[in-house]
Amino acid sequence: MRPFRLGWLYFKLGSLTELQYRANFFIQVLQSAVAAGTAIVVLKLVYSHTTELNGWSEAELLVVMGIQILLGGVIRMSIQPNMERVMEEVREGKLDFALTKPEDSQVLVSVREVRIWRAVDILSGAIVLAYGVSGLERSVDVGDAALFGAMLVVGALTIYCFWLCITTGAFWIVNTWSIIELFDGVYQTGRFPTSIYPGWLRFGVTFLVPIAFAITVPAEAVTSRLDWSTVALALGFGTLLFAFTRWWWRFGLRRYTGASA
Amino acid sequence: MNGKVGAVRSMFDFYVTRGRTQIQSEFQYRAATYFWMIGMLAEPIVYLVVWTTIADQQGGSVQGITTGEFAAYYIVWTLVRNMNIVFTPFGWEWRIREGQLSAALLRPIHPLHDDLAGFGGMKPVVILLWLPVAAVLWVAFDPVLAPTVLEGVVFFFAIWGAYLIRTMFMSMLGMITFWTTRVSAVFELFIAAELLLSGRLVPMPLMPDWAQDIAAFLPFQWSFYFPIESLVGDLSTQELLRGLGMQVFWIVAMTGLTLFIWRFAVRRYSAVGN
Repeated sequence: MRPFRLGWLYFKLGSLTELQYRANFFIQVLQSAVAAGTAIVVLKLVYSHTTELNGWSEAELLVVMGIQILLGGVIRMSIQPNMERVMEEVREGKLDFALTKPEDSQVLVSVREVRIWRAVDILSGAIVLAYGVSGLERSVDVGDAALFGAMLVVGALTIYCFWLCITTGAFWIVNTWSIIELFDGVYQTGRFPTSIYPGWLRFGVTFLVPIAFAITVPAEAVTSRLDWSTVALALGFGTLLFAFTRWWWRFGLRRYTGASA
Repeated sequence: MNGKVGAVRSMFDFYVTRGRTQIQSEFQYRAATYFWMIGMLAEPIVYLVVWTTIADQQGGSVQGITTGEFAAYYIVWTLVRNMNIVFTPFGWEWRIREGQLSAALLRPIHPLHDDLAGFGGMKPVVILLWLPVAAVLWVAFDPVLAPTVLEGVVFFFAIWGAYLIRTMFMSMLGMITFWTTRVSAVFELFIAAELLLSGRLVPMPLMPDWAQDIAAFLPFQWSFYFPIESLVGDLSTQELLRGLGMQVFWIVAMTGLTLFIWRFAVRRYSAVGN
């Protein structure tokens, strides 16, 4: 329970800071609207030339896109700011302040930052998702919805583990910023179901950057095409990655010398 | 008369020196450039895969564009996109918010020259680093590309034209930050418009007719669609020359507009920050 209490505490703190800058909320709303609007226009354009893309209808692809935007909001609200802070603190030797606190270091560095206005993307993603679901031919039953929720949580955790693994790299390579750019680019592949990509790329966005588990698998749950072997694979991969991340973080910490603080 | 020649020569010297130092510093950050480039590749690959999938479903082509032509379009796209990297509005925002412009204003030369020469100097390095990337894409996607010599020559000029158009366009947007330093939403809107109306998303013929009509009156397609199509497509000599002419028109028009706005903008500058 302790990690959650800690997370909640930092969430409250971060919200208070951000609430001072309310104008940023409206800017974020505009930005999210432009982003979601563009995504929908792109989709309309694609489906003006075809009725299905590799077996996915327009409504089903809206579901994929909604999840991609929603999860992107989660990443930018919480995961990315936290990881960027770790990278910066490693470089500047300030990580000591987190390490000396009587809490689990991994938990602490993962919850310190929150950008609440970016939650607007979570909302706009949810709206696109709902719009997609309303257009589905087959209705979504309770089982699908529960499976979707569970797979989304697993997916978000997998993405978090991926980020922390990359961030831990900062103990060896100082300049990890360009990796963020790399992720931002690759994350765009999640707008479409990974099954449309050629084999080498599908492997890449499944196991190297776990976009398939984070976006396509939850989307498969909503569109009732998820089979249990995929669920087992996602759970197995997620668990393994989680364990590896935990070990990798502690391994990286041993490299940290906190030279300049 | 002599003074004018001297001014041109010193400007030329400035561009050469600034470009050369940028080439050297760019080479030091090869890894960062590569990470950026691979991240950038995701975008055209997604488009390419989507349109290839649709073309395959419809017997090999969409509106007459075959899978091999799509591959050629998006591979050339990656080079044009690299040429299109210029000082962004977000850079302007930073420059003004942090007061970085103060130092640039003290120099006896317009800050735009520094941007043009600096980012221009990046290009040879970027093109060199792009070649292996292009080779991998070539093998992976099997493009159909057989340009004539003339198309190659026009392409060479067109990518530099694209660079100038986009520099001026982005500078103009960036100058909004002289009036307000919170314009990220406006930038995003323009970038969305560019995405849809430039040929960056899809070759222009795939857009609805009304969108193509709008695009004809805007500068966007001259920095994406035209350079790509000059190499990939089957444009006639006349069309190629007309395209270069349109590029010159937009370069002149937007440079004039940029300098005009600059005149008012710089008066607003008060160095927030430093």
